Amino acid sequence: MKLYWLSAKEIRDKILAREVKAEEVLSEVFERIEDVEGKINAFITLCREEAFKKAKEVDSKIANGEKVGILAGIPLAIKDNISTKGIKTTCGSKMLYNYVPPYNATVVEKLLAEDAVIIGKTNMDEFAMGTTTETSYFGPTRNPWDTSTVPGGSSGGSAAAVASGEAFLALGSDTGGSIRCPASFCGVVGLKPTYGLVSRYGLIAYANSFEQIGPIARNVYDCALLLSVIAGWDWRDSTSIQVENTDYTSKLSSKIGEVKVGIVREMVSEGVDEAVLKNFYNYVSKLENLNIPCEEVSIPTIKYVVPVYYLIAMSEASSNLARFDGVRYGYSLNIEDETLDWDKFYSKTRGNGFGAEVKRRIILGTYALSAGYYDKFFLKSLKALTLIRKGFDEAFKKFDILISQTMPVPPFKLGEKIDDPLSLYLCDIDTIPANLTGIPAVSIPCGFYHNLPIGVQIMAPQLKEDLVLKFAALSEDIIGLKNLKPGI
Amino acid sequence: MAEEGKVKIGLEVHCQLTSLKTKLFCSCSSDYRGKPPNTNVCPVCLGLPGSLPVLNKKAVEYAVMVALALNCKPAKMTIFARKNYFYPDLPKNFQISQYDLEGFEPLASNGYVTFTVNKKKKTVRIRRIHLEEDPGKLYHPGGLGFAPYTLVDYNRSGIALLEIVTEPDFTAPAEARSFLQKLRSILEHLGVFDGSLEGSMRCDANVSVEGGGRVEVKNISSFKDVERALSYEVVRQRELLKKGVKVGMETRHWDEVRRITVSLRVKEEEKDYRYFMEPDLCPVTIDEDFVRKIKIQMPELPDARKERFINQYGLPEYDAEVLVADRSLADFFEDCVKIYGKPKPIANWLMGDFLQCLYSLDVSVKDCKVTPKHLAEMLSLMDDGVISIKIAKKVLWEMMKTGKSASTIIEEKGWRRISDVNVIEAVAEKIFKENEKAVKDALVDEKAINFLVGKIMEATKGMADPALTNKIVRDKLSRLKEKLQLN
Amino acid sequence: MEKAKTSISIEEIEHLAWLARLELTEDEKKLYTRQLNKILEYFNMLSELNTENIPPTYHLTGKVNVFREDEPKPSLDVNEVLMNAPRKRKQFFECAKII
Repeated sequence: MKLYWLSAKEIRDKILAREVKAEEVLSEVFERIEDVEGKINAFITLCREEAFKKAKEVDSKIANGEKVGILAGIPLAIKDNISTKGIKTTCGSKMLYNYVPPYNATVVEKLLAEDAVIIGKTNMDEFAMGTTTETSYFGPTRNPWDTSTVPGGSSGGSAAAVASGEAFLALGSDTGGSIRCPASFCGVVGLKPTYGLVSRYGLIAYANSFEQIGPIARNVYDCALLLSVIAGWDWRDSTSIQVENTDYTSKLSSKIGEVKVGIVREMVSEGVDEAVLKNFYNYVSKLENLNIPCEEVSIPTIKYVVPVYYLIAMSEASSNLARFDGVRYGYSLNIEDETLDWDKFYSKTRGNGFGAEVKRRIILGTYALSAGYYDKFFLKSLKALTLIRKGFDEAFKKFDILISQTMPVPPFKLGEKIDDPLSLYLCDIDTIPANLTGIPAVSIPCGFYHNLPIGVQIMAPQLKEDLVLKFAALSEDIIGLKNLKPGI
Repeated sequence: MAEEGKVKIGLEVHCQLTSLKTKLFCSCSSDYRGKPPNTNVCPVCLGLPGSLPVLNKKAVEYAVMVALALNCKPAKMTIFARKNYFYPDLPKNFQISQYDLEGFEPLASNGYVTFTVNKKKKTVRIRRIHLEEDPGKLYHPGGLGFAPYTLVDYNRSGIALLEIVTEPDFTAPAEARSFLQKLRSILEHLGVFDGSLEGSMRCDANVSVEGGGRVEVKNISSFKDVERALSYEVVRQRELLKKGVKVGMETRHWDEVRRITVSLRVKEEEKDYRYFMEPDLCPVTIDEDFVRKIKIQMPELPDARKERFINQYGLPEYDAEVLVADRSLADFFEDCVKIYGKPKPIANWLMGDFLQCLYSLDVSVKDCKVTPKHLAEMLSLMDDGVISIKIAKKVLWEMMKTGKSASTIIEEKGWRRISDVNVIEAVAEKIFKENEKAVKDALVDEKAINFLVGKIMEATKGMADPALTNKIVRDKLSRLKEKLQLN
Repeated sequence: MEKAKTSISIEEIEHLAWLARLELTEDEKKLYTRQLNKILEYFNMLSELNTENIPPTYHLTGKVNVFREDEPKPSLDVNEVLMNAPRKRKQFFECAKII
């Protein structure tokens, strides 16, 4: 078997045991990228030079008997909305097509400290606004399982890279499902951590109240490994939480004890594709065979999650994206016209630099915050949010874990939904609740529909990552789908 | 200015918390003045994508301290909000400020400030106080409206500002000026602010005359300008009303060079700032414990200090008020009293010649070369009769310009009063010889004595002790008289 | 219960685009007006939900009083600050004129 199909843990152990060199692994990874990248387009930027430099460093440290980090030598990809010092960070947008950050995101610092080998920046929906990675200025990413279908989004590049063997691990970001959706569509494991567990310093903001950086891997253990590195309090992020223990791997295989599992009625009733539901209930029966009963629970306010999420997210986005005006960085209009004043300069730059979906959301967000509409839209959503959170709090009083399908549909064809924004928004209905409530949620592969992956979602109360991961590991075992290899 | 018709003025004052060492939301130095452009910025205050604000703890402490000093009620819980608008000096195209959002109040509200204007007491209500960040600075080569491009320096971006909003309780421009001077004194006594720093206090004003529309006047940046700008605007509005023109709501810019207000042609709907909570910053609670700790630490405020000056030093109210109006001056006074001991003479000199010198040399008390020790020494020398008041005034000037001590200057300039009888007698002898006629006159006429005294003073460049000289002349004359009588 | 206004006119879109400094082509204006109206119609379901006396959730973590000490740290090197600047003059950022 090719080295790049091993798990992250396996490859790291081999490197540490000196069975193989980090440089060797990296070479194979780049060969793989050369093979398949043309069909997938998972990467916007590849950092060959920096990566080989780091790999050689790791090999040299190991040869000298020096201590190395827990990600030693593992080739890893980073979503292109996470700031990497000296490496172009574009957010999949023309607006930042040439932006090079002068600083690293906190998570990147942590990865480097643990000796990960960063191989490149992955493709994404522009400014993380999307469910299919079709809105990227750099062209869409294709699903490695069937390149005529979407890989999901907005972290489509990260998921596709991991799924296709172009990377062992990847970082994505999840605002309304942007890690879990592509994880589900690409047959990999993706986790959205508790809001505040992972520092957002360096994450280029879309919706500050909901987003988190999270790990993507080919199995639950690898996912937990990466989470262990990036989690933890950061003084530079005021919304960051203090946690005592960020080691999520050591207790992963220990016995889980009694858990009460709930299925949210409103999430499995309307609008879910038959094949998806079939897969989901297949999984449920596997759980019941293990004497883990699953009971239905009702959270009626789920009905409103899509408008609540989008109104708040778009409002925040309209403000977060105001800084892109062509003065300090990024795309800027060529000023030949001397009659142009700063107002027109800003408008033309932004009109040219942003894609359609981004512009739509900025306009809608501006609307929701504007005088006369703030109460009806934005404030109303914040109040509805309180009710939705209450609903989940109530559910978690009776249940330890909530499960659902990750996406209401299997991966669909490129171009199928892109002209109907609302139809795409509705695809987020199952992933959005975890962002609104800040709870941890993971997607693991659960089955297939015509060779297209389908995922299942596991959720737990805030800061219960260890429970969510343990249950995911257990589920992974009984489903029997891990370290999948698409035919590409 | 005639007081016809109702004038209503409200102020929005922006004070930098200059005593902070860092900016409001990042750890860049707050000492940005004079630094080369864009050398005092970081990802946060430059608004780089992915950067996040972190609140300066001291800024909150200072803000609460100011709130208490202005008799305001601090909020139990307060949050930050984004004020969204586009402008090249705003790196994020929104300003992190504070706003009334459902469930939260501003940092502090409902206070008041009492001050003296034209010898009368006036109280103005404070509507609210809140924290916000300063934008960067714009440069328009050739002047605003004429420059072909705009240059931006973000060194100042992110500096902590305290916004203090008053009710429209001012009825005359002079009141606004006196208020600002009192406010400055309070802030300086609290140790949070140094008003001598350029741009440390700026204000916008809302002016309406005879119930007409409220006109916002922006860009007032010095105390002198406040009275000028407001007077100009009041007169402008009055003129319009006389012509029967209605004054509507508008925004105007104070042009400090041309000394006029100019319409900014800002559309009202532009002012939709779309305020919403700043999601990257957590709420701040201000509980009783916190307030108590601040109260204990609070330095002496101007009003209390004024009372103490009256009671402790026996100064008249007027003197106490003048000294306390400038914290550095009041500090100087007290330091000097510690050395010299007699408060009233010090007060007199500070309020008079000292301040005059500062004004002429355009120097602040903090930066002036004269120290309390210097002044104390000068006064002692006066007490000892070494110099006269007239000479002392000249000595003070020299001290101001050179920073040398009084005794050094007196020696260098030869300004020591001559009290040596022998020296004066010698000069007198000479003068008497040279002015025989005057001597003869002096023997009979009192007035002629003054002439001789004057001549001796002239010969000694005014240094001879006048009383002693007088005595010596009279003695000499009487000895002469005796001699003549004997003959 | 009052229903939120559901339709947005092309003039409102133009005004919002101006507030957000986004220059749109005529085609974009028409397209977005149509699409955004469809979205708003769906979002309007929110007005059914009774939120009387319900406090808004402004932050998810419930944390308060997150501070930093008033101690200076080094700023960025000026070259790093200006390295992405599309236009600069001496050490300033250059922007179009302000009338």
